[in-house]
Amino acid sequence: MVEDRPWLTFLAHAVLIAGVALVAFPLYVTFVASTLTAEQILTVPMPLLPGSHLIENYSQALSSGSTMGASAPVGRMMLNSLVMAIAIAVGKIAISVIASFAIVYFRFPLRNFFFWMIFITLMLPVEVRIIPTYKVVSDLGMVNSYLGLTVPLIASATATFLFRQFFLTIPEELAEASRIDGAGPMRFFFDVVLPLSKTTIAALFVIQFIYGWNQYLWPLLITTQESMYTTVIGIKRMIMTGDAATEWNLVMATAMLAMLPPALVVVLMQRWFVKGLVETEK
Amino acid sequence: MEKRVVFRSAWLPYALVAPQIVITVLFFFWPAVQAVWYSFQVQDAFGLKTEFVGLRNFAELFADSHYLDSFKITAFFSIIVAGAGIAISLVLATFADRVVRGALAYKTLLIWPYAVAPAIAGALWAFLFAPSVGILSYFLRKTGYNWDWVLNGDQAMFLVIVAAVWKQISYNFLFFLAGLQSIPKSLIEAAAIDGAGPGRRFRDIVFPLLSPTTFFLLVVNIVYAFFDTFGVIDSITQGGPAGATQILVYKVYYDGVKAGDLGGSSAQSVVLMAIVIALTVVQFRFVERKVNY
Repeated sequence: MVEDRPWLTFLAHAVLIAGVALVAFPLYVTFVASTLTAEQILTVPMPLLPGSHLIENYSQALSSGSTMGASAPVGRMMLNSLVMAIAIAVGKIAISVIASFAIVYFRFPLRNFFFWMIFITLMLPVEVRIIPTYKVVSDLGMVNSYLGLTVPLIASATATFLFRQFFLTIPEELAEASRIDGAGPMRFFFDVVLPLSKTTIAALFVIQFIYGWNQYLWPLLITTQESMYTTVIGIKRMIMTGDAATEWNLVMATAMLAMLPPALVVVLMQRWFVKGLVETEK
Repeated sequence: MEKRVVFRSAWLPYALVAPQIVITVLFFFWPAVQAVWYSFQVQDAFGLKTEFVGLRNFAELFADSHYLDSFKITAFFSIIVAGAGIAISLVLATFADRVVRGALAYKTLLIWPYAVAPAIAGALWAFLFAPSVGILSYFLRKTGYNWDWVLNGDQAMFLVIVAAVWKQISYNFLFFLAGLQSIPKSLIEAAAIDGAGPGRRFRDIVFPLLSPTTFFLLVVNIVYAFFDTFGVIDSITQGGPAGATQILVYKVYYDGVKAGDLGGSSAQSVVLMAIVIALTVVQFRFVERKVNY
């Protein structure tokens, strides 16, 4: 603080509180709606204080889902989302860490070619190659399976970059010492490189977990059976055209359930999250 | 930068890059090549026969007024989403950088929407603004405003912009906060000693020093508005009413998946790829100047 200006400090708090309120308002209304009955929501305006149906709504959503539209239990969808998020995060980290290790610690023909090949995938988001990618996956018989949900998304230019940059900062002496001691490349990888990469891995995991959990277009294409829906897809399928037909109390309970795991990850692992975000994007 | 100490093996490095390369080829390059290939073809209604038609799909695309409208809609949407998201976050970050008490609490409360999927952000705002039951629609109607985004294209556009910006504030906020915290305090103090007030300091010192961050966020936000907002649009308006919120990505999806127009949708994919490549090049030319790999 350069100088003390009480009115400016007051203004700062006022603006920040307004910002927090703006950001939190939809969440609050969602929470309230998830504790009401469907009829209470239809009375306009809906109550703005939490009701008494919290447990009923959440247990109905989790165990049997909505009675309109998608009727799969949200518990199952959460499991699918969890599998997808973890498989994508772990898969991306695993294949990127070994690819970067090869690119940094070996000299081999086509090394730069491979590096650029991985790099160029940044320019081909799934949105621009929707139909052909779907075709490949369906030709491989991976529609409606965890493999189809995850494998096409685990190639990662950003993770490969990040590991490469980090490996370049590992002192040369460590590799030298390992070689003198007779350690092979994989021994060096598991005993030296991987333990040193712990924080990078943690930061990437947080970011990629959220990325995987929040996927939308890809599961929308790949899952046609309700038992394979992820939570995010389930919500969309529960919203009917014409809002009176939608069971908003269940949709909002599901929305809360869908937001909870990634939001917890962000808030509880804030340090890793911020590190991961700032490093993967720059 | 290269390592001096390296390992030697004839096969190991290939085995290590293989998983990444196989997935990249199978799910990125091959489909991208196919998208380009399909874009030169026309398929008959039953998908039995395909005919090579050269650039006809592209010619039709750029003669199609719906497609040109979709371009305009996308441009408008991304400029507003990027502009509003950056402006709001900059204000919040500037004040958050100033407060001492409660700084961590504010930060935590402002960053969690990053964790919300775009489709869910869409669902939340669709509920708040639902024409018959939405609480905000109720207040709007009370003020005498005729609110019904299901019929009114401008209102639908407003709604998807609000949802898209809301979701992106936390991201921009974090980058601005990091940018502000990296500005040397001595610069600010020197300006204060010279008699510059907070407003003057922001205009002449802080904002210019933040310009790399702002530019970076501008590119990221435009990419976000172009592609990641698919979930927002699909869960609120599905491109409607009458195509008023049909951005380019949504049109690729709609024409290809829902309407089954393989050639036309692929031609649109190719146009989108060109846009992404241009944006990525812009972003990297800028990053290169600043960051040394």
